[in-house]
Amino acid sequence: MTRAALAILRKDLTIELRTRESVPAMALFSVTVFVLFHFGLDRDTLEGELASGVLWVTLLLATVLGVNRLFVAEHEQGGVEGLLLAPIDRTAVFLAKAGALLLYLLLLEVVAIPAFAVLLLGPSLLETLPELLAIVLLADIGLAAVGALVSALASETRARDLIVPLLLLPLVVPVIIAAGSATEPLFARAQTAEDLGQWLGLMALYDVVFVLLSVALFDYLLED
Amino acid sequence: MSGPAAVELDGLERHYGERPALAGITLRLEPGQTLGVFGSNGAGKSTLLRVLATLQRPHAGRVLVDGAELPGEAWKVRGRIGYLGHEPLLFRELSGRENLRYHARLHGVGFERVEEVLAAVGLERRGADPVRELSRGMVQRLAAARAVLHRPALLLLDEPRAGLDPAAAALLEPLIGRGAPLTRVLVSHDVEGGLAECDLALGLRAGRQVFAEALRPAQAGRVRELYA
Repeated sequence: MTRAALAILRKDLTIELRTRESVPAMALFSVTVFVLFHFGLDRDTLEGELASGVLWVTLLLATVLGVNRLFVAEHEQGGVEGLLLAPIDRTAVFLAKAGALLLYLLLLEVVAIPAFAVLLLGPSLLETLPELLAIVLLADIGLAAVGALVSALASETRARDLIVPLLLLPLVVPVIIAAGSATEPLFARAQTAEDLGQWLGLMALYDVVFVLLSVALFDYLLED
Repeated sequence: MSGPAAVELDGLERHYGERPALAGITLRLEPGQTLGVFGSNGAGKSTLLRVLATLQRPHAGRVLVDGAELPGEAWKVRGRIGYLGHEPLLFRELSGRENLRYHARLHGVGFERVEEVLAAVGLERRGADPVRELSRGMVQRLAAARAVLHRPALLLLDEPRAGLDPAAAALLEPLIGRGAPLTRVLVSHDVEGGLAECDLALGLRAGRQVFAEALRPAQAGRVRELYA
């Protein structure tokens, strides 16, 4: 299973490096939204729950772009059939796709979070960076697991671009609430890590549940 | 007839919604034999190949491939089936070699086999070029290399020589032609050529079996009636 998952992941990353269709679009979208908020809210800086909300909603919408494209090469170039013909566990496909999306999200955040700090965030990020990284990582794992599942489900439908946000957004509400709530005190003037353990625990639980659920369901999504 | 048949169909049915794509297909193909599938567009030829490839489920009837009953035991025969359909199943942004190495990894095949099949289809010098830069004939040759990369026991071929010039078609003969040491199911619109290389001919009209018997090229008229 590991061999197959790594083969698919390697192929996806090679195609992304050559086409640059997902990560640059996600990053550019995020920075554009931050600029829009900067002028739309007519404020130079944000803090607390507003800052947290703007960051996570923007990252979530950028995630939708990545999820939309996760199975595009498979859908348009017969890759799904290539996978179905191979003697591999379907879990390998899920692990590879979720792994690719996780990497895309982490790369997105390498650009988006500093851009957010420069364009909108009032308090400094540096002092609470370790806590923020833990929140981002746990939220990304959940988004990647659900995103891979939704992308596989939507890939065989004609209205893929509509199905992805309609399915993804409700499913990730818990992880976005947890990530937003955990981030809020980090972005406040006082900068405390209030209830951080509780929110991290909730996100870890969400990650475990949705990874297991996705593994269980993935077999059925790729079959005829 | 003592061992398991390479392919055994008994009343195979497959629908697209209410429309039957295949109905009542019954035949037995022995290991090493070639089944030629004939019929006009929409007769169900490609659907039959996709069912045998485990890409589509049969909706009724019994389908045995190498002794494994589909769809329940599809996992047993995946990896022993080679499929060359209308789509090459190759990623345009990857080179031919990268595509074959990707499939080699999925099938647990060594990279020396990749070089072997690249050479066999005459693309060893174009192996580093992205698939999008190859001609249609080259892509078809590469797709044939992909289909036989893992040394399948059953090769499913849907008009495999489409888009190939005579020299390229001749190049593929040892891999996918009559001389290849495997069981083949061949969809072809070349009636005489198809009959010359098959042991059993299946005639389909609107998804229904018109005949499934050994035919000689001299009996091509019976096949041509399918296209009337």
